Amino acid sequence: MYAFEFERPGSLDAAVKALQEEDAQALGGGQTLIPTLKQRLAMPSKLVSLKGIAELQGIAQEGDVLKVGGGSTHGAVARETKGIFAGLSLMASKIGDPAVRNRGTMGGSLANNDPAACYPAALMATRGTVVTNTREIAAEEYFQGLFTTALEEGEIITSIRFPLPEKSNYQKFEQPASRFPLVGVFVAKYGDRVGVGVTGASEDGVFAWKEAEEALAGNFAPEAVDDLWVSAEGMMSDLHGTAEYRAHLVKVMTKRAVAAAE
Amino acid sequence: MQTTLSINGTEHRLDLDTRVTLLDALRDHLGLCGSKKGCDHGQCGACTVLVGGRRINACLTLAVMHDGDEITTVEGLAEGADGGLSPLQRAFITHDGFQCGYCTPGQLCSATGMLGELAEGWPSHASADLDGNYELSQEELSERMSGNICRCSCYPGINAAIRDAAGAEGRK
Repeated sequence: MYAFEFERPGSLDAAVKALQEEDAQALGGGQTLIPTLKQRLAMPSKLVSLKGIAELQGIAQEGDVLKVGGGSTHGAVARETKGIFAGLSLMASKIGDPAVRNRGTMGGSLANNDPAACYPAALMATRGTVVTNTREIAAEEYFQGLFTTALEEGEIITSIRFPLPEKSNYQKFEQPASRFPLVGVFVAKYGDRVGVGVTGASEDGVFAWKEAEEALAGNFAPEAVDDLWVSAEGMMSDLHGTAEYRAHLVKVMTKRAVAAAE
Repeated sequence: MQTTLSINGTEHRLDLDTRVTLLDALRDHLGLCGSKKGCDHGQCGACTVLVGGRRINACLTLAVMHDGDEITTVEGLAEGADGGLSPLQRAFITHDGFQCGYCTPGQLCSATGMLGELAEGWPSHASADLDGNYELSQEELSERMSGNICRCSCYPGINAAIRDAAGAEGRK
């Protein structure tokens, strides 16, 4: 690691102030940032720990919306949304392993926007909203490509709002060593629409598979996507799977998620 | 940076570089070498410790993030005034839950935390329902201990030891 200062503010206002310094970086649970620092892939002047900020905690249903505090750990999301939002609970319960789930946070994951992170698929499928210390950002504007989001320097994710679906599910084809999805698909069914969020597949990061959303809105059944075709163009390709393989998995995982939705 | 860590019931005041991980603070600054450094990036679980009773990877967190936290390492698992082994530790010996022993401190801390989660009724991905009363089936145990890898593959002994300890504490 390169040298950095460390600050642990007790309030959101204090954190925003601390992040005004050039190259200051917010630190959530650190489950991605700390390995990144160890590899010397990042050189922040200062880390601002968000751990002690009460405003970033709490998971609560507010009418037909689920509000998750940005500092909520994956473990807390898995436990506290189980009876409210089955797909999100399932997703959180399979991120990393128990020790990682006790530290890693939803806000941290969404701010990092790894192209194979799980939460972006849920946020995209539900067309949820990222709430920051200054504004609200719709999912489709929020994600802007690999490790890139609409967040400005020093902007902090305070909460994430998910419109609660009637049915939902998440299916990921795991890379077994890391448990990151080779391809992950989140399906959310509402009264008047269906959302399909795909992670791990595209070179541009998470995307909504709009053809499937339209087909499933008319008939919420796995066979509704039978006639659709996912192009391998623009899909990621690495030693774990070719672009063609990932494109194939998008459809397979979508069908499995629809079949398993509850 | 001044940091106070409460480790196994004893307060330690340290002046640490901000870059020191909790694992390096334990091993290199406090001489508590029970917690092991395996992969050093959160995949093997050999460095698992308990913070406020919750298991975490000590290699994936900075010591300065834990000012004032209550930390339990494998050195603190032994119970009672005589420092006798915990039921889980005794069960690991009874069932030969190790070969080389490198992963054992992490397995012990992780399983201690896991049995606490079970007692509190935390479901896992492998749980069929949400009644809070979970049997440690093979599937449950594998899922709940998935963060701890044993490269000697002593899982049969590890699993038997954890089940034994869970049973001794009144759980299945």
